[in-house]
Amino acid sequence: MNARPAAVATGSPTRPDTAGRLFVAGAGAGHEAHLAAYGPAPSSGTDLIRELELSGLTGRGGAAFPVWRKLAATAAGRRPVVIGNGAEGEPRSRKDATLVQHAPHLVVDGLLAAADAVRASRVYLYVRSGSGTPIRRALAERPDGGRVRVVVAPHTFVSGEAGAVVNAVGQGVALPTDRLHRLSETGLDGRPTLVHNVETLAHLGLVARYGGSWFRGAGTLEDPGTRLVTVSGDLPAGGVLEIPGGTRVADVLAACGTGPVAAVLVGGYHGAWLPAAEVDARLSPSGRAVPGAGVLIALGPGRCGLHLTAQIVRYLAGQSAGQCGPCRFGLPALAGAVGELAGRPAVGTEGRVRRLATTVAGRGACHHPDGTSRLVLSALDAFADDVAAHATGRCVAGGRP
Amino acid sequence: MNRTGLHVDWTRCDGRGLCVELLPDLLGRDEWGYPLPHRSTPGRLLTEVPPGSVADAEQAVALCPLLALTLTTEAAT
Repeated sequence: MNARPAAVATGSPTRPDTAGRLFVAGAGAGHEAHLAAYGPAPSSGTDLIRELELSGLTGRGGAAFPVWRKLAATAAGRRPVVIGNGAEGEPRSRKDATLVQHAPHLVVDGLLAAADAVRASRVYLYVRSGSGTPIRRALAERPDGGRVRVVVAPHTFVSGEAGAVVNAVGQGVALPTDRLHRLSETGLDGRPTLVHNVETLAHLGLVARYGGSWFRGAGTLEDPGTRLVTVSGDLPAGGVLEIPGGTRVADVLAACGTGPVAAVLVGGYHGAWLPAAEVDARLSPSGRAVPGAGVLIALGPGRCGLHLTAQIVRYLAGQSAGQCGPCRFGLPALAGAVGELAGRPAVGTEGRVRRLATTVAGRGACHHPDGTSRLVLSALDAFADDVAAHATGRCVAGGRP
Repeated sequence: MNRTGLHVDWTRCDGRGLCVELLPDLLGRDEWGYPLPHRSTPGRLLTEVPPGSVADAEQAVALCPLLALTLTTEAAT
């Protein structure tokens, strides 16, 4: 899938000022093209954590935690470990693979700048199998590439969860683990561990070069900078786009040539449905359209949102690692109940869906049950008319009930 | 005054239910037998433990056959 930056930078070649920042060096950029586009690698002398605080950069893997705080917490410990996370377990997301393919040096710049800022003794990049070749090629081109060890992630939904990432790098098992403490306190081999999404690291590499106030030159006060989104579903031209923070969902869809939609799933399979009436909402970690890892799925007119939700929940139930009882048993039960809701539900099915979704939330080693719960509860709200219609054997969307 | 919390390692918990029997005021069971707090607690805790239940919670930690429970204390803010 090709990256389609919202705009191509003009002006100074070493300081991209517009919304298109991450792909300025061009498709499949090697180290030479990367340096020509962005200038020399950032020096480790600047106070990166301070610049990151100024920038307002938040994590792009889904949780939107302030990046500087994670670095500061990790830097306080002894001999930390830094891991770049490109597992991208979300099946509808392509942004991380696209970034690693076309801007691997930006990711590595950010990874090494973060490692220097926290004085890390070990540095890893954890990527999907398809990204192994471009990242190894990029590392071989760089004088500092030998500092980074590459670990390949399996293609499972939970492989990118931070605890699973640490477990995969340390033990070769990409499953979440029970955690009473933050990874910044104790992670890989008991060391303070910083896990950042690869897109987060790419932005970090630019903040290290140009500073925190430069980063705020795009986006809004609430969501500064740019972010990558992967758009799919019922639209003519999906793909990966780089957009300014705070862009309206409707504008992202328009850029993909979409006409009217019935709803949009914002934030991927652990996200929330946004009904058609609210697509003017701006993407922002604190708003109604929470971007998560930047996955947007358009539901076209005439398509049943309950039907698609049921398919997704069935998939998510199958992706439970099966380690935690409430997830292992609760998600298949929830998938069954949502499936009934999408078909011809009995009296009480909606109540059972709501009860199961509420029951599983917060009761696992990772957030897989919580995210699944969020998706289901949002579907009950966004498709409330259809829930009522299905109970009488009709479907508002006109699709098959 | 310290606040006490009960953490469950869900990857160990097998739903034997001893904790539920010892702490009926705090925990019930879901339909598969796993402990379900009467009041959900944000963060990494299964439930907060009020001072009057700390002794029972300590017993639950000691008796859990899967060693899935941990008591945590933090200074109240």
